[in-house]
Amino acid sequence: MADLRTSFAGIKSPNPFWLASAPPTNSGAQVHRAFEAGWGGAVWKTIGAPVLNVSNRYGAWHYGGQKMLAINNVELISDRPLEVNLREIAEVKRHWPDRAVVVSAMVESSAEAWSEIVRRIEDTGADAIELNYGCPHGMSERGMGSAVGQVPEYCERITRWVKDAARIPIIVKLTPNITNIVHPARAAVNAGADGLSLINTINSIGVDLDTLEVTPSIGGKGGHGGYAGPAVKPIALNMLSALGTDEVVGRSGLPISGMGGISTWQDAAEFLLLGATSLQVCTAVMHYGFRIVEDLCDGLSNWMDAKGFASIDQLRGKALAGISDFKDLDLAFRAVAHIDPKTCIKCNLCYVACNDTAHQCIDLVAEDGRVVEPLAYDIRSNGKYEAVSSRPQPRVREDDCVGCRLCYNVCPVHDCISMVELPPCRESVTWDELSKTQPEVTNDWEAMERYRAAQGIHIH
Amino acid sequence: MPHSQGPPLAELLPPLSDHEALVEANRCVFCYDAPCTHACPTHIDIPRFIKKIATGNNLGSARTILEANLLGATCARVCPVQELCEGACVLGAEHKPIMIGRLQRYAMDYVYDRGIDVFSRAAATGKKIAVVGAGAAGLSCAGELAKRGHAVTIFEKRDLAGGLSTYGIIALREPVTVALAEIEMIRRLGVEFQTDMELCRDIKLADLRSQFDAVFLSTGLGATPLLGIAGEEHIVDGLSYIEQSKLDPLRLEVGARVIVIGAGNTAIDCATIAKRLGAEQVTIVYRRSENEVSAYQHEMEFIRKEGVEFRFLSQPVRVHVNNGRVAGLECVRMSLGDLDASGRPSPRPVAGSEFFLPADQVVKAIGQEKPPLAVALGLATKRGHIDVDAEFETSIPNVFAGGDCIRAVGACSTVMAVEDGKLAAIAIEKRLAV
Repeated sequence: MADLRTSFAGIKSPNPFWLASAPPTNSGAQVHRAFEAGWGGAVWKTIGAPVLNVSNRYGAWHYGGQKMLAINNVELISDRPLEVNLREIAEVKRHWPDRAVVVSAMVESSAEAWSEIVRRIEDTGADAIELNYGCPHGMSERGMGSAVGQVPEYCERITRWVKDAARIPIIVKLTPNITNIVHPARAAVNAGADGLSLINTINSIGVDLDTLEVTPSIGGKGGHGGYAGPAVKPIALNMLSALGTDEVVGRSGLPISGMGGISTWQDAAEFLLLGATSLQVCTAVMHYGFRIVEDLCDGLSNWMDAKGFASIDQLRGKALAGISDFKDLDLAFRAVAHIDPKTCIKCNLCYVACNDTAHQCIDLVAEDGRVVEPLAYDIRSNGKYEAVSSRPQPRVREDDCVGCRLCYNVCPVHDCISMVELPPCRESVTWDELSKTQPEVTNDWEAMERYRAAQGIHIH
Repeated sequence: MPHSQGPPLAELLPPLSDHEALVEANRCVFCYDAPCTHACPTHIDIPRFIKKIATGNNLGSARTILEANLLGATCARVCPVQELCEGACVLGAEHKPIMIGRLQRYAMDYVYDRGIDVFSRAAATGKKIAVVGAGAAGLSCAGELAKRGHAVTIFEKRDLAGGLSTYGIIALREPVTVALAEIEMIRRLGVEFQTDMELCRDIKLADLRSQFDAVFLSTGLGATPLLGIAGEEHIVDGLSYIEQSKLDPLRLEVGARVIVIGAGNTAIDCATIAKRLGAEQVTIVYRRSENEVSAYQHEMEFIRKEGVEFRFLSQPVRVHVNNGRVAGLECVRMSLGDLDASGRPSPRPVAGSEFFLPADQVVKAIGQEKPPLAVALGLATKRGHIDVDAEFETSIPNVFAGGDCIRAVGACSTVMAVEDGKLAAIAIEKRLAV
């Protein structure tokens, strides 16, 4: 059984799974229940400025029969009185000394306001404060949330105010609604933050085809909300890796609390491999409840055992080493698709994807070896025997396959299509090397053609 | 056998709920050049109609079905999908095949329940076509031609159109209302129905040929043949038995001990009716073995679960009658010999092996005679059926034929009749345009 214990900027938790600052951490009673279910920590729903909420707060995106691939919310920060929140935070922390209790905060942009809220949070005994620079709706219109996170200078200034006032660790939560997330992250590093967390929600909107209103609709009106859930995961992973590979942020050694669509232990492992130290979860819990933490821990632990990782530290950031710019990729690397006829169900999804949208290198092959066209059967034929027995087998023409991997991705059968690495046909070279040794090839099509001819590269 | 709720012969399968349909539709992998479509005699673009259900485009789904098969509501219920689309589903090998038939019914119910007419009639072409026989082939042909703007009159010898869908398919599989709704849809396409009009009796082919630009014969098969045994006049005809169960069920007499002779799908239906309408014991008597039955595998499994017994290798010899009432059926044991003309082992009586099965009702469902009109009209025939060329034209110019009356080889089915009607309509239109 792998050791899942986590230490984040000195904050200890029995496992890396924290509830993100969101509706699931709205009250002491909820956080109590979450901890009973096994959550390693909780980031309290943001407290601070007074607010009033609206009805119809959550829109969602459903696809292919799967509910809530993402949620789109316009809920604001906590609308419960500050006093109540602070009292319950203190009670929860007293009751659960081994869990991470982090308090998310957001107040007006003044040193006094921040210093006041920091002092009051510290009085609860909470382990850390997360600065909410990410909320993309409502609060941003009042100069808070993502209005701060989108301007690195504000981000740095406010973080300094907080650091000046705080004795407990300060985590800066970043907004993804920015061109380059590295800039506010560097600002946080410069201001002395103790940790980073990302991503907050992404600006999003939906439309209702019955009412022709945007969703969620608040009495016929609505605006963008914040998008979260499984659909945003790859975006979050990319931003996480951008921090991990950034010179300044990476070298700072600041721990990162990763979030954005974590629903399963597999998602969790991906975030850890790209450098996260703790993991925050919201949408999956809002979909299925606190109970999902059991398999998050169990699945992660079993996977770590199978992979030979004894602790989270051993796997953290393992995938970062492979992150590279395109210019440094080996242009001679070669892989082609292979369809296993034994497991192939002949649905022809690979064929149509390749033929219509990729490189036309999958043939339909009849039993006698002839390449046949689709939809070529006699319309008088009928019945399952003829339909099944005459069905051709999709087969990759390896010489023409560029290894785009589309067929691999569309195949509905596990392990049917594999990408097979072939020995390179030419010497290993990167675009960067090419542009240094033969710059003309990289800016003149005729030179490129000569290079291709010399290298035996045929593009059809 | 416990019945589902409702009348004993109410439609067996409930409609899929919206949720069930959505879940099932999303399970379809959306094959390209799908084997289900290939296996369907009418080649409905099945993945397309299923994905339209998945996206909530139920009207488009219904249109996709009806473009290939005007009688999609009937076929959704009566098709032997295990032998056709579902039998070819790529998920069949390791998973459950997609419930194509029930999804098709879902899409069809969507338009019929709402009274939506998916097609409207094209501008009139001035061409007139007579269709003889309002079964599946005739309705399909008439509807396809009417859609294209031709003036179609259907002549039907019975008082209701629909053929076997109305009269001959047990309500448990297709309620009569489904067949009648399809007939009304075809009527709204502009087809004129003249019922109680029988070819040779009330109308002459020569007159049809002179009054119409083309004639399509879809007259089906003949009556149930004679067994040629003593007491046969006391045997109930299977098709009449089914017909009464659909149209006049309260007056259908069902015995306490019923014997059904034959092991095709009609025999299964007769046995189902008897069992569900109160018979204590229902026995199917068949002269060959289980390997030779013409009923589909899934029908055999179904009828066994209904509690019907089989006597294979048993040939009826005589109906025993007591005071004018059936007392039982005397049979003789059979053994199988060499292959006969149908490619099946020929059954031969075992001398001295006669035995008696007590019964108070005997029903026979041993197939139908070849189409009697083929000879009466002087048409060229093939194995007793109307002979047609690749374009469904008979030996008489501009007289076309389709459906069971041309099915000289292989089993008859509703969906194949629909396809005949559709292809014949295309052929007729091509001919008339010349």
